[in-house]
Amino acid sequence: MRGLLLRELVLAVRAGGGFGLGLAFFLIVTVLVPFGVGPETETLALIAPGVLWVGALLACLLSLDRVFQPDWEDGSLDLLATSPLPLESLAAGKALAHWLTTGLPLAVAAPVLGLILNLSGPGGLWLMLSLAVGTPALSAIGTFGAALTVGLRRGGLLLSLLVLPLYVPTLLFGALVVTRAAGGQDPVPPLVLLAGVTLATLAAMPFASAAALRVNLR
Amino acid sequence: MQMTVTNLACARGGLQVLAGVSFTLASGQVLVVRGSNGAGKTTLLRTLAGLTPPLSGGIGVLPEAIAYAGHADGLKVQLTVAEHLRFWAGIFGTRGGQTAIDSFDLAGLLDRRAGTLSAGQRRRLGLARLLVTGRPLWCLDEPTTSLDAANTARLIRAVTAHLKGGGSAIIATHSNLDLPTGQILDITPFVAKSLPRDDPFGDGAFA
Repeated sequence: MRGLLLRELVLAVRAGGGFGLGLAFFLIVTVLVPFGVGPETETLALIAPGVLWVGALLACLLSLDRVFQPDWEDGSLDLLATSPLPLESLAAGKALAHWLTTGLPLAVAAPVLGLILNLSGPGGLWLMLSLAVGTPALSAIGTFGAALTVGLRRGGLLLSLLVLPLYVPTLLFGALVVTRAAGGQDPVPPLVLLAGVTLATLAAMPFASAAALRVNLR
Repeated sequence: MQMTVTNLACARGGLQVLAGVSFTLASGQVLVVRGSNGAGKTTLLRTLAGLTPPLSGGIGVLPEAIAYAGHADGLKVQLTVAEHLRFWAGIFGTRGGQTAIDSFDLAGLLDRRAGTLSAGQRRRLGLARLLVTGRPLWCLDEPTTSLDAANTARLIRAVTAHLKGGGSAIIATHSNLDLPTGQILDITPFVAKSLPRDDPFGDGAFA
């Protein structure tokens, strides 16, 4: 499991791995929004939580077709499936690696990008916190989607269509945390609910992903 | 360890390919699987390895005893030869690295990334993984593809050493390998009759 995680991180960082792609996408989306919406700081501050959360969500999607598809294409998924590593651990390890290379950098960079959208002081901190708590769920659900669509030609689009509706609870509570924090209200209740969504997802998704992989390997 | 396969029926992509396959393989023995293209050699090996559940019949050996090596070598172009072997040794919890390197003459390639290897070198690395798994039963699907004569001989030596050590091997191949104590299984008689040869969709529309 540790070896798998190490391998995934090395693969992500080396050429063609796509590390930083999600982060760059997040940056560009956030910078583009003021161009489209206009420079009024009140309007930007109002929409900032939603825009930042949707941006992070889409950035998470970008690298999902790299979770299982390369392993499927070069045959290592077959070899991993016949190895002593349970498919559940494989799915959990893949999701963790995806979070470390996508969700965690997004959470760390988000407060800085929040400044571009005029997100107020405490808002930035709570944005980072909500992303840190919410993005593991995005990676876990995304890994499940990747397991469902592995082996399909151009499965990436189908993957997005499958996964995005499942992201709704995380998006709802995540954006609410930031909105309430920026508006001076108590952000803890939605954060607790967000953590609940993440924990439930983390508990269920490795098993769902493994089941989907088993069907697709036949 | 003895493998007893009884009345095995296998499917690929929901279509039955083989029916009634039976054989016995004792330790120290090798079974060469023969059959024309598309007869179902790969399907049989994938079923034995536990990747595809059998439609019916028994295999008599847990998938945990089997090391599978398919058409694809499962290599990452960004990782070096040494990193590949270390990764699989970690996954299988073994330390067979040096034997694997020596058996397939990989010592000079350890720091090369798999993306820069030739087809034959990639295949050697894929086969070296078998020695790292430490599993007693090897399932090899066309292992000699892209290997030259010298490296085919290395493969045969590795298989022979594996058999001497009490292991066994099932090899699907078209070439005549110079293997000891081999039995041959021609799967042509087991090809499922229910599948019409000229029906591309297998749905009986052309029957």
